[in-house]
Amino acid sequence: MADLNELVEKLSAIRTSIEEDIKNVSNFKEAFEYRKVLMDSKTGKVGSLMREMGKIPNELKAEYGKRVNELKNWAQGAVDDLEKKFKEAELNLRYEKEAVDVTLPSKKHKIGNLHPNTQVRNQLVDIFGSMGFDIFEGNEIETDYYNFTALNIPADHPARDMQDTFYLSPDFLLRTQTSSGQIHVMEAQRPPIKIISPGKVFRSDDDATHSPMFSQMEGLVVDKGITLCDLKGMLDVFVEKIFGDGTKTRLRPSYFPFTEPSVEVDVSCFACHGKGCKLCKGTGWIEVLGAGVVNKKVLEDCGIDSDVYSGIAFGIGIERIAMLKYGINNIKLLFESDVRVLGQIDD
Amino acid sequence: MLVPLSWLKDYVDIDVTPDVLEEKLFSCGFEVEEKYEVGKDISNVVVGLVKTCEAIPETHLHLCTVDAGSHGTFQVCCGADNVVAGGKFPLALVGATVYATAKDHKTVEGVATINAGKLRGYDSYGMLCSGTELGVNDDMYEGGDYNGLLVLPADANPGDDVKPILGLDDWIFDVSITANRPDCQSIFGIAREVAAVLEKPLKEPDLSYTESGETIDFKVSVSAQDLCPRYIAHYVSDVKIAKSPQWMRRRLNLVGCSAISNVVDITNYVLKELGQPMHAFDYSYLEGNEINVRRANEGEKIVTLDEKEFTLTNENLVICDGKKPVALAGIMGGLNSEILDTTSAVMFECAKFAHDNIRKSSKALGQVSDSSARYSKGVDEYTTAMAIKRALHLMEELNCGKVSSYHTDVNSGNSIERKRLTVSVNKVNGVLGIKVPDEDIVRILKNLNFEPALNGDELTLNIPAYRVDMETYQDVAEEVIRMYGYEHIVPTFIPTAEVTSGGYNLNQRTELKIKRALCAQGANEGVHYSFFSPADLDLIKVPEDSDLRHAIKLINPINIDLSLMRTTLAPQMIRAMALNQKRGNLSGRIFELGNRFIAKELPLKEYPDERETICIGVFGEDEDFFSLKGVVEAVADALDVSFDYTAFKNTFLHPYRCAKIECNGEEIGYMGQLKYEIIDELDMRVKSFVAEIDLKALTKYYGKARKFVPLSKFAEDKRDLCFVMGKEVTCANIEKTIKETCDYVTDIELFDIYEGAQLGEDKKSMAFSLVFTPKDKEFENGFVDGLVNDILSKLGDKYNVTLRA
Repeated sequence: MADLNELVEKLSAIRTSIEEDIKNVSNFKEAFEYRKVLMDSKTGKVGSLMREMGKIPNELKAEYGKRVNELKNWAQGAVDDLEKKFKEAELNLRYEKEAVDVTLPSKKHKIGNLHPNTQVRNQLVDIFGSMGFDIFEGNEIETDYYNFTALNIPADHPARDMQDTFYLSPDFLLRTQTSSGQIHVMEAQRPPIKIISPGKVFRSDDDATHSPMFSQMEGLVVDKGITLCDLKGMLDVFVEKIFGDGTKTRLRPSYFPFTEPSVEVDVSCFACHGKGCKLCKGTGWIEVLGAGVVNKKVLEDCGIDSDVYSGIAFGIGIERIAMLKYGINNIKLLFESDVRVLGQIDD
Repeated sequence: MLVPLSWLKDYVDIDVTPDVLEEKLFSCGFEVEEKYEVGKDISNVVVGLVKTCEAIPETHLHLCTVDAGSHGTFQVCCGADNVVAGGKFPLALVGATVYATAKDHKTVEGVATINAGKLRGYDSYGMLCSGTELGVNDDMYEGGDYNGLLVLPADANPGDDVKPILGLDDWIFDVSITANRPDCQSIFGIAREVAAVLEKPLKEPDLSYTESGETIDFKVSVSAQDLCPRYIAHYVSDVKIAKSPQWMRRRLNLVGCSAISNVVDITNYVLKELGQPMHAFDYSYLEGNEINVRRANEGEKIVTLDEKEFTLTNENLVICDGKKPVALAGIMGGLNSEILDTTSAVMFECAKFAHDNIRKSSKALGQVSDSSARYSKGVDEYTTAMAIKRALHLMEELNCGKVSSYHTDVNSGNSIERKRLTVSVNKVNGVLGIKVPDEDIVRILKNLNFEPALNGDELTLNIPAYRVDMETYQDVAEEVIRMYGYEHIVPTFIPTAEVTSGGYNLNQRTELKIKRALCAQGANEGVHYSFFSPADLDLIKVPEDSDLRHAIKLINPINIDLSLMRTTLAPQMIRAMALNQKRGNLSGRIFELGNRFIAKELPLKEYPDERETICIGVFGEDEDFFSLKGVVEAVADALDVSFDYTAFKNTFLHPYRCAKIECNGEEIGYMGQLKYEIIDELDMRVKSFVAEIDLKALTKYYGKARKFVPLSKFAEDKRDLCFVMGKEVTCANIEKTIKETCDYVTDIELFDIYEGAQLGEDKKSMAFSLVFTPKDKEFENGFVDGLVNDILSKLGDKYNVTLRA
């Protein structure tokens, strides 16, 4: 029977032959298959060695077993390394093949935008909503009474010349101002009243700078002791929020039949900060809205006691704000739905 | 309104610069839209004394040496026929700017800079100027229209700037007047404000005249007193029609009014000076010794001064003599009584007409004049009474007639005296929110000629009759603050107001949520006009008898294309998609949330239904019916409802790619692919799809409270089933049957459709994934198989569906 040296030589020869075999393995698949050739417990060059234990003399069994295990561990490690080597190589090859030009255009799901008017309106609602204003949306089609008469503009009033009105019947018209909403609210609700009323309005004017339909937002506060100073305070907060910190307001006298006193409100130019530029036509100020103390006749006609309550009101042109904020130079662009225009302005 | 500074100075001693004056006017409520020097284009033109003047042989030119005082003496070539040694003419120095004229020497073609040059070989350093070259005509300066040199006065100093001599250093203010201040629609009206804001005394125009004692037998009556509350007539005899004096012609010129003859010029002058339109009738053409102011008869005709004939209605007011209309009241005089060179006696008219009547007549007849524009803004009777005196004074001053003693004032008794107004100072300050010192209030109101008297809190004012706008303490507050200065208003934040909560209500929040859901689908929000065109209804082939044609009409639309309140949002969306495609935008998604207007009856007797509606437009080669459906579903998802779709046909969508949309059995809209005919008609380039959803019908689902559904504790069972069926069976048929048959099914998803030869000509297969969710215990073995069998047998009975082998 074999002695130890013989066995050691045999195992050493197997190891040498494996080392030779490994040199010929050229890819992962061969490495994977070669593992079977080595390790299969029945046929494997190494795996089957234990089967021969029976033929080994008892006194050598322990030593033989130890040596076979050593060989087995070595062979295991050798094929592991081999597999790892080829796996890495193959992955690298796959990665290389999958190389992309990172500068190619992206595939993205484009999100649409709210209309600039809606965006401005949302901003206004956020500002005034946080001040406790409710939002009231009136009708686009109004009566002559709510649009004019109740706002202290009787039939023969010269202020009717200020607005060219679209009539639908002798009594019904397309509202020329969101101020008509004031009256509905004051008739339906008792003070304290704090509302803003955004919506579409219509005037018979259609040229480069006018659109026959545009949007306004009316604001109204009616409560005890409301003054012109409150109007100034409220608008100061508003303009800073919408046009940026440091924006100032300037009040100057004007005329609206439903307010007395009436003021135009200018804001310091947010483009040049008052130095004078193209946007503000060199004046440092931009006209943004009309406002005033609610005419007591308007309150009284709505059944509100003008000795107890007073009010302030203001009206803002939504497109005007949108155009100023976003630098849109033509109001008509807002109503064409050109996706290249709508796609530009996002929240 | 144009206001020359020199004219203003007649009434107020203005000692501030034009810039300061502009600022002062602005601060007290009068925006100066434009302000310019009369001679803004003229510079470096001085008085030149021609020392020597020799004709250049064989030309029309003269070679002159011109003394320009401190500027030096220059050799100048001159082609004018009136150049003469010893004469004084305007000399434009080298570098000067003057008006360039065409060959006719009259037509101004722009502004030119004078350079040193050579004429016919002779050096010329400057140019002797005509009136036209300096922007001066005969009315501005005598000799201004002469086609040759403008002759300067003999006492002019060589080298002095010509602008003060020619009045070119004057300033024009174009002032915008708010509608509540008709009293400021005149030079004198502005002067009153200037006096108040500069705190200077006001000099009234001279109203004095002497009556000759002569009277005539003449009757003035007003039949339509509602339209003519005051009519003053005054007779002037011995009229000599002539040219007005230069000062008057110049002023009229500066305010954009051409001079005609003394009598006519006086009426125009008074209009500009006091804001009161006047008319002068040639007395000899007034028949029947009377004037009557009445409504025109239907169909009555008049020819106005500009030789236009008008056919009148009962809404128009006319001035008539004993036989015929002689003027269209407040708008224009009649040609039949026009002032001519031969006029020898005139009847002056100075009246107040109801401004809305004049405005409406002027609009209806399309006849506008300075007078009608002025009347439309409102004239006060105080000024009416004042203006006739001013006109008569000017007749005397210009020596063009003898003021008679015949004077009639037919009026309805309105006072032209001051009216008393008593207000509380606390209330005035209460409007403003600041305490204006008493002495400032009194000073300001005194400057405004309100004769204030303060007694404790009680402020008594005597308001001049021309201030018809002054009625309440609020009006007083405005007068005080505009003069005191808005810079005194300090910001406060409604300290006395009650705290309120605010923000969007449920409707508004939900609409915004829907909009954002649509944006998330890649759609941009558009806004289209609320009115559209009859052609828009034709575009989508709306039948003549359709409700959509029952649209509210605008009585006075800008044009036919903006003449109907829209009854559907689709046509404008289709046109928007067409516009995009025309501009090369070949894919896109747009939505609009706006109102449709549904009248209960026409013409409107009550508020119509303004129905919030969503319209979606989707276009591009990558889009199809189902991508539109995805956008539509976003609306359903935002509201947590589900929509059902049924094949449908309408007039403008593909007959086989169009669906009716329903929500819980209620029809709420439609969707589909645009017909090829319309694509062709609008030259559209890609497939386009439209959906319209009646959002108002969905408001009942707004704010539906969502409740958390706990995830099932038990294992779900997912089965993929492939059904074979006839081609006519729809996906919705299968889904609905499954849901009705088995309430364990919590999700149904179609994942494949197949048609092919193995199935047979008229068959198709649809593969669905069904999720079965246990209710209160785990599914037992074979339980779900039983459910599947139930479903299969039901589908088999109903639609002859089999399971694919």
